[in-house]
Amino acid sequence: MLGIVLVLAVAAALVLWGIGIYNRLVGLRNQKENGWRQIDVQLKRRHDLIPNLVNTVRGAMEFERDTLTAVMDARARAMTATGPADAGAKEGMLTQALGKLFALAENYPQLTANQNVRMLQEELASTENKIGFARQFYNDIATTYNIAREVFPSNLIAGPFGFGPAELFQITEEAERQVPAVDLSIKKS
Amino acid sequence: MNLLEQQAANRRRTWLVMAVFVLLVAGLGLGLDLVVFAGGDRVVPVGTLAALGVSGGQAWWGFRHGDRSVLRSTAAVPLHDRLTAAGSEETRHQLRQLDNVVDEMAIAAGLPKPAVWVIPDADPNAFATGRDPEHASIAVTEGLLGTLSRDELQGVVAHEMAHIRNYDIRLMTVVAALAGAILLLADWSARSMRWGGRGRRRDADSGGGGLAVVFVAIWLVAIVLAPVLGRLLALAVSRRREYLADATGAQLTRNPMALANALEKIESAVAPTPAIKRGSAHLCIADPLGLQIDQREGTWANLWATHPPMARRIAALRTMAYAPPAG
Repeated sequence: MLGIVLVLAVAAALVLWGIGIYNRLVGLRNQKENGWRQIDVQLKRRHDLIPNLVNTVRGAMEFERDTLTAVMDARARAMTATGPADAGAKEGMLTQALGKLFALAENYPQLTANQNVRMLQEELASTENKIGFARQFYNDIATTYNIAREVFPSNLIAGPFGFGPAELFQITEEAERQVPAVDLSIKKS
Repeated sequence: MNLLEQQAANRRRTWLVMAVFVLLVAGLGLGLDLVVFAGGDRVVPVGTLAALGVSGGQAWWGFRHGDRSVLRSTAAVPLHDRLTAAGSEETRHQLRQLDNVVDEMAIAAGLPKPAVWVIPDADPNAFATGRDPEHASIAVTEGLLGTLSRDELQGVVAHEMAHIRNYDIRLMTVVAALAGAILLLADWSARSMRWGGRGRRRDADSGGGGLAVVFVAIWLVAIVLAPVLGRLLALAVSRRREYLADATGAQLTRNPMALANALEKIESAVAPTPAIKRGSAHLCIADPLGLQIDQREGTWANLWATHPPMARRIAALRTMAYAPPAG
């Protein structure tokens, strides 16, 4: 009799423990997916801002047609990206193209003094920051999730219930690893 | 300390503060019963119940609306109102930048975006208030916008976002609400003692017991000390949280040097921030009273300081940075 009670109690404790771990993994996975959507929101915003910028500077930068086309092409490619690694690479190329555009824009005084251009620069700089911070948040939460699904004993639950590994963002462009060459800060000191 | 431990520590402190508060209020109410309403045969401690009820209600009101009254006392304007009223392009640009920076830090912290307010004051300062991340506000002076670069502003906003994420704002709002309630109660019981004074003497004459006298003595001390204790508590809690918020803020931006530079700039503007009253000093990123704080901590003078010495905070941030400061 006592034996049966003990076995039942242990079984109940094990089930409760399993439920606890399962729920924690679900919570982390949801947070991770939410973080991923946040990146998407910011990327979309960036893609929406770029045509505005290109149209605003087109008149003044008539001779830089190649640069403008390169930006629009990079944008088009970035919009078709799938998965963190692919998106990381294509967004990186877009960042480079934009960097070149801003560097060239410095040569046009009527652009640097233009309030619209300054605002667009601020919006784009901020959106790039937001993408960076959203990735940072995603990487942090995805790392927590990956650790949770790999460590013993929660891996006993994660495996059978199909908690797959989360892909992390990495710097893929060698150039991105370097210090950015373009100074987008608009602050006059 | 990681995030969860910090939040747990804040929850513990919040409960502790509330327990001390209930004891203080019950003590004040009991004293009221013994002194003012003494002599009758009533079993119901009217004074105690009334004290708990009134101060509880006052504290609850303070908890729900404390952030609004703090913001009102600094004459803060919602960012979007300020943006539509902005005259110069430069101001509009600064305000857009502030809005963006708050957005960025909310994303980095994984929190909903707090309400953004602008304080019309030329001295650089900032604070956060609210009761939880869903009901939080960040207020920044116009002087801060004019003084700091974008990165430095980001550091300051990250520091404020850290206060929100660590639930420091809730602890501060609770402390402020309770301190306000105690102040009200102390005032209230001091008044009632004046008109109930005769009752007390009669009670003492009729030999109400040494216990009653001891209670009265303790109660009188409590009336005097209650507001002071509440203030000291708010100060002690605030100082320790500043270091943690600096560290958490640096973790959000991964750029501790920007916050260090911002603190240096804020520090060099030693002028007080007139728009921010003494009552909300402990919320700010830098002491708005413009006091020069001693470098040593824990001395008597510093017991009254709302913030740790700025030089120590800057030094702590510098050690977090990978590279020594350029130039």
